[in-house]
Amino acid sequence: MTPLLDRKLVFVTGKGGTGKTTVASALALLAASQGKKVLICEGDGKGELAGYYEAPPTAFKEKEVQPGLFAMTMDTESSMREYLKLQLHIPIVGRIGPVAKAFDFLATAAPGVREILTVGKLCFEVRDGEWDMVIVDAPATGHIIGQLAAPQAVNGLVKVGLIRTQTDWMLEMLSDPAITGLMAVCTPEEMPVTETIELAERVRLETTVELAAVVVNRVLPELFGRNEEAVFDALSAPGPLAAIDGLVDGDAGPVLEAARLAVTMRRTRSTHLERLRQGIDPAVPLLYLPYLFARSHGLRTTKQVAGSLGEELGF
Amino acid sequence: MASRTPRSTDAKAHSEVASPTMDSLLATKEIVVACGPGGVGKTTTAAASALMAAINHGSKVLVLTVDPAKRLANALGLDGIGNTEHRVPDSAFKAAGVKPRGELWAAMLDTKESWDSLIRQHAPDEQTRDEILANPLYQNIAGRFVQSHDYIAMERLYEIHSAGEYDLIVVDTPPTRNALDFLDAPERLADFFSSRLLRWLIVPYRSKLINVATKPFYQISDRILGTDFMGDISEFFILFQTMYDGFVERSKAVGRLLSDRRTTFVVVSTLEATPLREAEFFAEQLTERKLHLGAIVLNKVLPDYLQGRAGTRVAEVMKDRAEDLAAELSPGLAKSAKSAKAAKDLGDPIQIARVLTEVADSYLNFQVVALREMEERASLAVAPDVLATVPFFDTDIYDLSGLLRLGAQIWS
Repeated sequence: MTPLLDRKLVFVTGKGGTGKTTVASALALLAASQGKKVLICEGDGKGELAGYYEAPPTAFKEKEVQPGLFAMTMDTESSMREYLKLQLHIPIVGRIGPVAKAFDFLATAAPGVREILTVGKLCFEVRDGEWDMVIVDAPATGHIIGQLAAPQAVNGLVKVGLIRTQTDWMLEMLSDPAITGLMAVCTPEEMPVTETIELAERVRLETTVELAAVVVNRVLPELFGRNEEAVFDALSAPGPLAAIDGLVDGDAGPVLEAARLAVTMRRTRSTHLERLRQGIDPAVPLLYLPYLFARSHGLRTTKQVAGSLGEELGF
Repeated sequence: MASRTPRSTDAKAHSEVASPTMDSLLATKEIVVACGPGGVGKTTTAAASALMAAINHGSKVLVLTVDPAKRLANALGLDGIGNTEHRVPDSAFKAAGVKPRGELWAAMLDTKESWDSLIRQHAPDEQTRDEILANPLYQNIAGRFVQSHDYIAMERLYEIHSAGEYDLIVVDTPPTRNALDFLDAPERLADFFSSRLLRWLIVPYRSKLINVATKPFYQISDRILGTDFMGDISEFFILFQTMYDGFVERSKAVGRLLSDRRTTFVVVSTLEATPLREAEFFAEQLTERKLHLGAIVLNKVLPDYLQGRAGTRVAEVMKDRAEDLAAELSPGLAKSAKSAKAAKDLGDPIQIARVLTEVADSYLNFQVVALREMEERASLAVAPDVLATVPFFDTDIYDLSGLLRLGAQIWS
């Protein structure tokens, strides 16, 4: 399988709340630190991406947020304006007005039209831009299939016309595993794991894109080795616990209780991890990222995650 | 039977008659919409609320879920059931050790099936119905069209509510790009079908009369999308127009139902910064639209004991003096062992020191997160009638007993 960082177009998806944007922004930072010229595109326009680099708000026109790393926010209207200008040589100055409205309407009516403008812009950047790598903070698992399958959907509906010719080259690019890959982010919890396994199956059946990696985010540390757990249990018994209370001159109960919680949480999660391993094609690499006990999220944590991701990828 | 209900309920009812609780909220509303960002436990919160209402209020309650976890679906008897409403069997309650005063029903939302039934209802005749169901654009819209999810969830809610079968309907909302999408869906759909653009789109394929203003649009569309596709689109809309009045009327009614005083919204979140901001924004939007924000439920909150400064000191001492402590504790631990071999393992001072250090580190680590959460909670900018917090459960919630644990937390 083509290594993740050797691909030119990587879509990052994941169930809501699993840290999709964190991982996408860290992957971009990692690629840039490897000397690549990287474009990261925020796909669902929530305007959060800039925060991960502590940079000013991003826009459709890309801006450098870290050395060698540029960020942009997808916006269908701007994408269409660019498309009309570059492909059809219809320069539209000022407000697109009625034409935009009409297309917006069409896009609502005809599934795939809006998505094709997004995917089209990304493919265009890969083909004609100066980037070594384009990373997409893509829609969540529930919506990613619609985006990745948009060229086929449109191909199925549109038999002739400009869009048809263009979906052909987009499809070719998306279907080439040496160029394009999908990275799915999940956490070792019940629903995220279930969704990821289902996603892998749907990606295989409904799209031509290859699942390039699954990131397991927020993996809790293993506190104890086998013998150590017996020691911990013995320490938690009333006698030894009272002894600790005396030695530290305070109540050690909560401290041991917290460790008990951490151990049980990890145990519950490891059964989900096992299910993930069983449910995903063994050829797809699983990358593990540790739970971050961080004060807040910003550039510092993005760098930490990029570091962990780099270790997992063998840098 | 009252003794079977969570103990806190009665105590609360006597001490604080005036202040609203989840109990009083669910006793007075007919529709509860659980919403919020993805991955925060919306489905379990909705199911737990419905369960508590069924147990305590003696009412007939329906929980309409969108995409429940498999084990939860199993527990609710929903596996492979889909769109039809289904009563949660008594055996499930018996297994959880409770006897409900009311009935709990559950249903899952199947988007495609719901759309088809909507078409069947509104189509003027059989031929139109079959043509729509077979139209490639329709199939795409019903299956993949993102907003169709949002719309159909609200539509189903309306349908069930109008049928008047239930005292209370708790609805779980689909994961959306934007938590507001489903609120706008009915109106957007009505706009969509009443749009002037729609008429533009249909006209040229009916008559060849194209006026000057619209001509450039057709030229561009034809060039990009091809005449055939434009033809497909207009055919689809011509068919759909026959149902226009029904649809618009219906989506307006759905909109009215959401803003009715019998409907309330429960915003679910965790105390992680990103979902919480989203939930907050959502709560503000509800208020702005004059929709009733009944409660905010904060899930997966770390236990209070992690915030204590006394604990911090203890953990630091345990870490700094791990070796001294281990030496002191070693004989006692060895004595507690059941065999000579175990005594050697348990009494090993190096191992004890390592465990003490791990335990202390883990506490300090989780404390960072717990304190961050506490601050997030304190800075919450919206004020719902009810603010409930649910602790981090160490196991998944996948059966009625689990839902009861969660329910008891939000109830009081």
